[in-house]
Amino acid sequence: MLEPVSESALAQAVRGADGPLAIRGGGTRGGAPPRDGTVLSVAGLTGITLYEPGALTLVARAGTPMAEIDAALEAEGQRLAFEPWDARAVLGRDGVPTLGGCVATNASGPRRMVAGAARDSVIGMRFVDGTGTAVKSGGRVMKNVTGLDLAKLLCGSRGALGVITEVSLKLLPGIAATATLAADGLSPDAAVAAMSAALCTPYEVTGAVHDPAGPRTLLRLEGTEASVSYRADALARALSRHGDWRAEHGPGPWADLRDARDFAGGAGDLWRISLRPSDAPATVAALPGRWRMDWGGGLIWAEAPEGTDLRAALAGAGHATLVRAGADTHRALGTLHPEPAPVARLTDGLRARFDPRGLFSAHPGVPA
Amino acid sequence: MQMPTPDTAILSRRAAVLRRLAAALPEPALISDPAALRTYECDALTAYRCPPMAVVLPGSTQEVSACLRICHEEGVPVVPRGSGTSLAGGALPTADSIILGVSRMTEVLETSLADRIIRVQTGITNLSVSGAVEDDGFFYAPDPSSQLACAIAGNIAMNSGGAHCLKYGVTTNNLLGVTLVLMDGTVVEIGGGHMDAPGLDLLSVICGSEGQLGVVTEAMLRILPRPEGARPVLIGYDSSETAGQCVSDIIKAGILPVAIEFMDRPCIRATDEFSGAGYPDCEAMLIVEVEGSDPEIDEQLGIISQIARRLDPVELRVSGSAEESARIWLGRKSAFGAMGQINDYICLDGTIPVSELPAMLRGIADLSGRYGLEVANVFHAGDGNMHPLILFDANADGELEKAEELGAEILTLCVKVGGCLTGEHGVGVEKRDLMETQFDPADLEAQMRVKDVFDPGWLLNPAKVFPLSVSAGRRGIAAE
Repeated sequence: MLEPVSESALAQAVRGADGPLAIRGGGTRGGAPPRDGTVLSVAGLTGITLYEPGALTLVARAGTPMAEIDAALEAEGQRLAFEPWDARAVLGRDGVPTLGGCVATNASGPRRMVAGAARDSVIGMRFVDGTGTAVKSGGRVMKNVTGLDLAKLLCGSRGALGVITEVSLKLLPGIAATATLAADGLSPDAAVAAMSAALCTPYEVTGAVHDPAGPRTLLRLEGTEASVSYRADALARALSRHGDWRAEHGPGPWADLRDARDFAGGAGDLWRISLRPSDAPATVAALPGRWRMDWGGGLIWAEAPEGTDLRAALAGAGHATLVRAGADTHRALGTLHPEPAPVARLTDGLRARFDPRGLFSAHPGVPA
Repeated sequence: MQMPTPDTAILSRRAAVLRRLAAALPEPALISDPAALRTYECDALTAYRCPPMAVVLPGSTQEVSACLRICHEEGVPVVPRGSGTSLAGGALPTADSIILGVSRMTEVLETSLADRIIRVQTGITNLSVSGAVEDDGFFYAPDPSSQLACAIAGNIAMNSGGAHCLKYGVTTNNLLGVTLVLMDGTVVEIGGGHMDAPGLDLLSVICGSEGQLGVVTEAMLRILPRPEGARPVLIGYDSSETAGQCVSDIIKAGILPVAIEFMDRPCIRATDEFSGAGYPDCEAMLIVEVEGSDPEIDEQLGIISQIARRLDPVELRVSGSAEESARIWLGRKSAFGAMGQINDYICLDGTIPVSELPAMLRGIADLSGRYGLEVANVFHAGDGNMHPLILFDANADGELEKAEELGAEILTLCVKVGGCLTGEHGVGVEKRDLMETQFDPADLEAQMRVKDVFDPGWLLNPAKVFPLSVSAGRRGIAAE
């Protein structure tokens, strides 16, 4: 295992590599074990290098534990907009989630539908490409259109284009109060209609989940005490024809929902389906196992018997990522949804230019 | 401004190229008359002009594809154009290029409130997108000040922002999918009605690529429900340091205003005289706007006023009605017009870390004194995006060049304090030659690799974004 403690040492390690590298942050998110190759750990690159609460900006090295970032933000009453999910419960891992891994997988939680994913909060990045060259993109300011936005391209790239070494993030003020509106007994159709109606109001709903177990439909409001109370009343009234809504004040179940703890330890494979909310009811009707909607229907967590190709059930609606499965299934079905040929040509071209020696193709999710 | 020498081999084949384009397009879609071409010789950066070889205005993705395929086969450079409102020369032609405009493609293709999305042809103006969903209580968030005229195609190319992006983000945060035509005519569908990319996030490099990667003909945009209401507070201080402190304190207090605008004394004076907005006589003025229901607005404006009062303002005016709000915004919204009336000006667009604001304003004042040119500052303070306006007399010999030199020094200072050359206008030709102040050769090389993949012949939007010396090798290869 290689564990450089500086970006230049990491670049040197990439230049000196004589075979595939498996990039690792805290080892909490990778789907399948890497095929082969030397582990290149980013855990040695740690530390918050800049935090300006008054500018809503934080810069940290890629191996910095998310817990360290969360603690620093909490001390100043701030937070990350994209609410990154922690994959440890679902994948049965016990490592330490890092900023690099979070960004490389574009991890985001229920708030993603209104506040964007990790990529929407990333305003700058440093990375080392497959030639062992350190590259910077963006910076530490939130409005920046200088040159191509490689920082966002690297978000969710799962190590295919380079090793992320440092990330700049845009932040949000923290939240004083949370309320959850819940309704029971809605069908998938009725639930999507209700969540959609909620998201069409001006009340800034930051969570919209439907769980067929119950069934229960949950809506989240966040803000100051007075504002949350006002909006909880207004929203319940606006949704009265979509069900009987009761409001509960307090953090609610959102952290567990974010981390998909309801699917922890479950049987079979676990998938994340990203789709248009209006396609969700028909999609869940065709699923072979347990499921739950997030993002107002724009995200479906779905369990399936081991080795089942869930993508066949999608009928063209959205795309599916394999989250939890055996190595054989990851290889057979592909961690990521196959791309149409013209898109795949562009993707392959980018990979070939950023990683000409194919060092990073051992990374899970990246086809060999 | 240095531009590459026009390729005489291409110019000599002009008639043949135009015949092929004419055959692929309905009649009014090809413009080749020299007088008519003058309309396209520049964009909103009018200091630089060059008529193109011809202009094509296709009416569909298929026609765009046909035009690009022909130009690709003929080795003719193509300059994509939206409405031509670029302040950075992003749509400046070269003499041997074809302008490809999307201005005839203005249809709304689909609106889905259930999915909070709208699909449009990209020639549609920014404001028309909001207009299309207004009756349903929705809007499209990015609001560049040219929104009445600017096209979504250009917004995507430049990753346009606006006054309200502190809360709603810029174009890249509101774009879910595109139909992209590559230089060889290939039509690629990227993204769609869903969130998150299945593989590499190609949208992230397409948005803001300034026409370097392809022509976006259709776009899937996120639309948002309109807030219940919005009201501003006007705050005046006797120093810009204090105003900067106030911005920082508001943000640290956990308030996220939808806009925080800053004006300095020269700007306050000029806009007030122009518009009669009744602005206070002070060094620095903030307009802070918040959204929500009336009680929510009152709560937030109460907290902001409390913070502002602690710093001893010379003026604090909380809007209590739509009329008072309009009056507070009146001067700010006419800032560019007001400046244009007293002088010619260059509008810069650098971004700085908000904490560097006082030092930056001092730096600008020093430079302004050294060059003997007045600089007025108006900018989006919440996100550090500055718009220093350099006032000069275009009729005075050498004054434009002097103003440009001053502009370059100010932008270089933005980079030096941790910011960037352009926050929302784009690089274009205007800031092309300053790119090396912000990026190392390896950074630019990585960006150019992306262009190599999308446009291997380097035919799209020539001589923009990358310094000519840096891209010379690639353009040389392309010319062979």
